[in-house]
Amino acid sequence: MSEAVSRSRPKYGVMRIVDVMHYRLPLPAYVSILHRVSGALMFFALPFILYLFEQSVTSEYSFEYFRGFVSHWFMKLVILVLAWGFFHHFFAGFRHMQMDVHVGLDLPTARKTSAAVFVVSLLLTALVALKLFGAF
Amino acid sequence: MAKENIGPKRLVVGAHYGLFDFLAQRITALVMAVYTVVLLVLFFTATEFSYQGWAGLFANQWFKLITFATVLSLLYHAWVGMRNIWMDYIKPMAVRLTLHALTVLWLVACAAYAAQILWRV
Repeated sequence: MSEAVSRSRPKYGVMRIVDVMHYRLPLPAYVSILHRVSGALMFFALPFILYLFEQSVTSEYSFEYFRGFVSHWFMKLVILVLAWGFFHHFFAGFRHMQMDVHVGLDLPTARKTSAAVFVVSLLLTALVALKLFGAF
Repeated sequence: MAKENIGPKRLVVGAHYGLFDFLAQRITALVMAVYTVVLLVLFFTATEFSYQGWAGLFANQWFKLITFATVLSLLYHAWVGMRNIWMDYIKPMAVRLTLHALTVLWLVACAAYAAQILWRV
């Protein structure tokens, strides 16, 4: 192969963020990237989650403090985001293991199961939102 | 790979552990999923929605142990996942190695914190 040909050839491989933005991703790709995002989110929030758990369980005083702490609207929002992360990661992970045993690998089924991940996780998140912001 | 993987070219970061971590990620996920279901069932079948009821659950030694086993599963699961993320997006080896080390420290510290919380109830 000559120099000129190899130099004019477009480079493939690692994409930059600006390249990614132009891509219209299929639904399973959104499930996949959000699986990663939600996992990273929970990883970074781990000490905060443990702190909340500590306050809720250590003593009756800390329990009351916990109740006050999580009644703030911003904390409710943080907890809601973490709840979404958990639900999405849970059901996307379930879908992963289902594909590990070669179930639903064909495109139409993969689209349906990825839609199911969104529907179930977002419905449960909505339920948590209603509970947090006092609808029931 | 074998010939190139010697001396200064030796691979020091990456998921070159084959099947083990893949399986570990799945098994730890199952452990956490089962724990979630157990916790939810215990929570929603509880008769006493109070501090006493909630802390009473974690006061049992068997439940502390199950919870801590789940925390350790989470540690390993999160390690595999975060390592995958660093490997995909962080290319300079020194930066990646540092992030790997920090990830391990972060997770081990979190597990220690969880143990401290659990055995104080």
